[in-house]
Amino acid sequence: MTSLRLLKDKVYAKIMLIFTILSVAVVLVIGIGLYLKSVPVLNKISLYTLLTSSVWKPLKGLFGFFPFIMGTLWVTAIAIIIALPLCLLTSFFITEYTPNQLRKILVPFVNLLSGIPPVIFGVWGVLFIVPLIQDHIAPHFVEFSTGYSVLAGGIVLAVMIFPLIVSIVCEVLNTIPKDLKDASLALGATKWETIRKVSLRKAKPGIIAATVLAVSRAFGETIAVLMVCGNNADVPHSVFDPGYPLPALIANNYGEMLSIPMYDSALMFAAFLLFIIILLFNVISRIILARLERKLAL
Amino acid sequence: MTNNPHISVQNLSVEIGNQQILKDISINIPNKKVVSIIGPSGCGKTTLLKSLNRLLDDTAEIKVTGKVFVDGENIYDPNAEVTHIRKKMGLLSQRPYPLPMSIYDNIAYGPRIHGTRKKVVLDEIVETQLKATGLWNEVKDRLNAPATRLSIGQQQRLCLARGLAVEPEIILGDESTSALDPVSTSIIEDLFIKLKEKYTIVLVTHILRQARRVSDYIIFVYMGKIIEFGPTEEILLDPKQELTREYVKGYIS
Repeated sequence: MTSLRLLKDKVYAKIMLIFTILSVAVVLVIGIGLYLKSVPVLNKISLYTLLTSSVWKPLKGLFGFFPFIMGTLWVTAIAIIIALPLCLLTSFFITEYTPNQLRKILVPFVNLLSGIPPVIFGVWGVLFIVPLIQDHIAPHFVEFSTGYSVLAGGIVLAVMIFPLIVSIVCEVLNTIPKDLKDASLALGATKWETIRKVSLRKAKPGIIAATVLAVSRAFGETIAVLMVCGNNADVPHSVFDPGYPLPALIANNYGEMLSIPMYDSALMFAAFLLFIIILLFNVISRIILARLERKLAL
Repeated sequence: MTNNPHISVQNLSVEIGNQQILKDISINIPNKKVVSIIGPSGCGKTTLLKSLNRLLDDTAEIKVTGKVFVDGENIYDPNAEVTHIRKKMGLLSQRPYPLPMSIYDNIAYGPRIHGTRKKVVLDEIVETQLKATGLWNEVKDRLNAPATRLSIGQQQRLCLARGLAVEPEIILGDESTSALDPVSTSIIEDLFIKLKEKYTIVLVTHILRQARRVSDYIIFVYMGKIIEFGPTEEILLDPKQELTREYVKGYIS
């Protein structure tokens, strides 16, 4: 009897190990697969040219990814710049100021937002955000904009990553001991001073972690962004210019026009590039986070 | 009992949810004395203490009735300004909670909030309060180090110094030595005895030996009610109430 129990224990441990290895291996397999698929285009054109050239003429065999990289960065940066302050204020409101009953309504609402399919955000973007930018925002700044722009993409993305950041930051804020906040309040600090000088500082690593997750998600978000960004293979120079992020490039073109030589490989390189950007971003932010935690000695 | 109470609690009742935590509490806390609140766990000691600087305000589903006068001002008056009330009272909680910043900034935090900006003035406050709590020699070379690097006992003294830096009149201690080792405990107790020259001190404690050592008066609370209030010796050696006697002898806890 005992030996059977011990055997079961060992077997389950092994099974768990195998599944863990499998799921980790998927990441590696995808990375290697994407790399192998993009070898043909890498053999033909130098990595430097691929990354820095702005000329995108597949029919002539010219593949410059610079506009797409910039498109991705613009859209993501705009999304974070819009979303982060809103998310922080929302999270602080929910955790510090909201009475219990209201919180029970607010939190599910925020979570519901993350359950809405991206394509609906895309449609909302096309029907609401794009005309808003075209008619009401852009005219104040530039002569002409169709509204399909990196700003539209950024706004739609900001709304999409909002629930993600809010729910993580709320979790983090809830772990801050009440006695710590009381310590600040007892000195005569107001709630806002306590939030700004104590809670925010204490929650900083958590906020950074939430932002990293949100940025990773924003980098890869495809359909909603694709619907509102304009998808023009030029480097955007203002928020009202159209952009063409990497995921949109892949989704728009993969499966079509694959008879063009190297096109298939170039799209795979785009995917590989996206993969590397997200990987690098995660590694760098992890290093920053570790440093920060050590410095604050939390 | 005293002609000149510093804090005067009148008919204070506290309900959280449907539970009555404090029932019709009335007490006068004398000026510049140490008063200990003793009683079994869950009897409402901490609630009573926190009602004195309105730290209960944010508790969910709370209902407070009655009045608490501090320097003659009812702090539960709807027009009372809460930050000014809290500034009058330094709080020392069960475990030290240093703010997530340097030793220096921990002490300068309060004065900065209340408008002190000059570096010279802040420097002086930091030095004075660290000396008052006996920390100065231990930390003067690393004022910019994170406060969390200090030992628990040092952190608790830092928290006391932080509270003193806003020039309160009253110190509230909520079982402030329960997380500390015996040496740090006696340092804190000695500080309380020294500080009562300048401050009115209200302590919650479950250690009778501590109540005896530091306090002038003792309040015995049981099931949300004040059972007895009197001078330390009288409560501990010759209590008038049966319940107090049983608690002091260790029959109920």
